[in-house]
Amino acid sequence: MTNELTIAKALNQALRTAMEEDSKVLLFGEDIGKLGGVFRVTDGLHKDFGDHRVLDAPLAESGIVGTAIGLAMRGYRPVLEIQFDGFVFPAFDQIISQLAKVHRRTNGSVKLPITIRIPYGGGIGAVEHHSESPETFFAHIPGLRVLTPSDPQSAYSCLLSAIRSNDPVIFFEPKRRYWDKGSVDHTQSPADPWRARIVRTGSDVTVVAYGPMVKTALQAANASEYSLEVIDLQSLSPLDDRSIADSVERTGRLVIVHEAPGNLGLGAEIAARIGKSCFYNLEAPIERVTGYDIPYPPSKLEEHYLPDHDRILVAVDSAMEA
Amino acid sequence: MVQLLTPEGELVTHESYSLDLTHAQYKSLYREMVFVRRLDQEATALQRQGELGLWASSLGQEAAQVGSAFALEKNDFAFPTYREHGVAWMRGVDPMKIMEVYRGISNGGWDPLEHGCNSYTIVIGNQVLNGVGYAMGCTLDQSEDAVITYFGDGATAQGDVNEGFVFASTFDAPVVFFCQNNQWAISQPSEKFVKTPIYKRADGFGFPGVLVDGNDILAVIAVTKAALDRARSGAGPTLIEAFTYRMGAHTTSDDPTRYRHENDLQNWKLRDPIERLKVMLARNGIADRNFFDAIDIDADAWAHTLRAAVRSMGEPAPESIFDNVYADSHEALDAQRAAFLDYHEGFADSGVKS
Repeated sequence: MTNELTIAKALNQALRTAMEEDSKVLLFGEDIGKLGGVFRVTDGLHKDFGDHRVLDAPLAESGIVGTAIGLAMRGYRPVLEIQFDGFVFPAFDQIISQLAKVHRRTNGSVKLPITIRIPYGGGIGAVEHHSESPETFFAHIPGLRVLTPSDPQSAYSCLLSAIRSNDPVIFFEPKRRYWDKGSVDHTQSPADPWRARIVRTGSDVTVVAYGPMVKTALQAANASEYSLEVIDLQSLSPLDDRSIADSVERTGRLVIVHEAPGNLGLGAEIAARIGKSCFYNLEAPIERVTGYDIPYPPSKLEEHYLPDHDRILVAVDSAMEA
Repeated sequence: MVQLLTPEGELVTHESYSLDLTHAQYKSLYREMVFVRRLDQEATALQRQGELGLWASSLGQEAAQVGSAFALEKNDFAFPTYREHGVAWMRGVDPMKIMEVYRGISNGGWDPLEHGCNSYTIVIGNQVLNGVGYAMGCTLDQSEDAVITYFGDGATAQGDVNEGFVFASTFDAPVVFFCQNNQWAISQPSEKFVKTPIYKRADGFGFPGVLVDGNDILAVIAVTKAALDRARSGAGPTLIEAFTYRMGAHTTSDDPTRYRHENDLQNWKLRDPIERLKVMLARNGIADRNFFDAIDIDADAWAHTLRAAVRSMGEPAPESIFDNVYADSHEALDAQRAAFLDYHEGFADSGVKS
C-alpha cells in the first residue's frame, strides 16, 4: 500500500502504528493532545487513544524527560515531543546524566526505550531558539542513538525503528520539510534506518547529507554538471561510515553537508573517518558545507547562514578541480 | 514538628499521627539502625585505608532513612540519593553492592528492579523526576504501588525537584517527597538558601507538606505511612521534611571543621536517633542490656566480615567497560571492544592488562 503523504503525516502514521502494536507506547509532550502539537504531528491521536496514551505535559522539558525515565522503568515506552530544537537544553541534564547512562549503570537491568522527537533546523523564518541544529551534542554521547529522516518514507520507517529500539533515541525531524510530500510504502520492509542510504547514484563526487539538507543536496545534484552521488545518513549515531566509504572508494571525492556549525560538527567526524579509511582513494581534500560558527542568525538573514545548492556546487567544483 | 519520641526517649502523643508497633518491631528497628550506623562507620574506615574511593556518610540520619523505608510495601519503589544507605539496607540491597559503587567497581551496584530501589543518583535532584515518572506509571497501571523519592535540603534549589513537584501535582502521582533536611549542603547552611520552611513550599504546589522530627524513627514511620496511604488512595503527593543533622562530613573528601562549629555537633549528639530509641526500649522494659550488647556484638562481627569481603573484592574484566552501553546490538562498539582486546593481546605478558 503506497500513499502520498507529507513528512508530518508520515510521522503521525508511524506514531499511530506504534501505538496500535504496543499498548505501552505513550506520547508525552507540550500541547500534543487536543492541539496535536504545534506542528500537528500528533494530530488526532489524543482523540483516538485518549488521555492515558497521549499526555499533555506541563511546560518543563527536564520534567518531561525526567518523568519519562521513570515511566520507562515502570515498563512504558514513552515517545516525547520537545516543541523546538532550542528548547531541549533544560532537559539536557536528564538526557546526558540519566537517560544515556542508566542501562550501562544497571548492567543492562533497566532499559529505557524512550524516543525524543525534536523538530530541528532553520528555514522557517522563526524567532531565536526555533531554528537550531543541536544533533552533534547528542551524537557525541555514548548510550544514545540519533536518527533523522529526510523524506516521508524515511520519516515513517525511522520513527517506527526509533520507537521499537530498546535504547533511547533522539529523533530529529527536519521541520522545514514537514510539508514536503512523497510516497510512503507501509507494507514493504523499508531500508534499514540505522544504515545510510544512497538517494541518488553518481560517479564523480559523493555528497553526504542528512535531514533537511538531503533535499538541498539533491537540488545541487540536479543542477551540477558533474555526476553526484547523494547519501542520506539517516542514523547520526551510530554513524554508518562503511556506506560512505563504499561510495568514496568509487568516486574519490567527498562533500559533507549539514546545517549545524562546522566546528566539531558531524562533518568533522565523517572527514576524519573517511580520511583514514579512504586515504588512498581520495582524489581531492574532503569538503564541508555547513552553517557558520555563529549563533543562528535572525530570520531575515538566515538564507545567508543555511547551506544552499549553490554553496554545495562551489564545494563540488573545488573537489573536482583539486 | 511531628514527634512521637522525644530526644530523652519519652513516648509522646500527637493529635494527627500515632504508631502502634509490636515489641518485636521496635527491637528490629533498633537493630536495623545500629547495623546501618555500623556499616557507615566501617565504610568510612575503609575509605581512610584506601579500600574505598569515597564514602558519603549517613551518620545521624538513620531514623529518617530506616523509618521511611520501613513504611514502604514490597512493591513500592524508592529513589535514593547517594547517601541513603539506610534505605538501600531496608530494601534488601546487599551492602557489598553499595561498596562496589564507592570502591569504583561499578556505577550502579545492584539491580534496581529486583529491590524496588533505584541506583544511587549523584546529580542532585535528578532522581526526583524519575521517581515522579515511575509514580505516574503506577497510576496508569491502576495499581496501588507508591513511590518515595529522597533528596536533601540543598536539592530543593534544583529545578528538577521543583519540576517534580509540578508534575506530581498535575498527575496526582502516588509519590512521597522525602526531604532530609540535614541542614548542610556541603559547606552551605540550609538557613542561607531556605527562606521559607521546606515543608511549607508544598502549599504552593497544591499538596500537603509536613515537618517531622527526622531523628524520631516512630514519627518518621507514622508520617511516611500516612503519606503513602494518601498516595495509594489517589489523592496525590505529600512533601515530608525530616529535620535532622548530618553528623559526619559531606563525604570523606570534605572537612566540616572549616565551616561549622563543634558545638553544633555536640548539641545534635544529644538528639541522636539511635540513643533515644534505646532509652525508650530500656525504660519501657522492652529490651535490656543483654539485647543491646548482643546487637553490638553481632554488628561488629558482621562489619568484620564486610571488611574482609571488601578487601578481597575482585574487579570486573577490563573489556567489560564496553558492556551494556546499548541494549540493542551496536557494531561500532563491538569493533572498539575487539580492537581494545587486540591491543592488549599485543603485550608480551599476553592477555588484558589489569
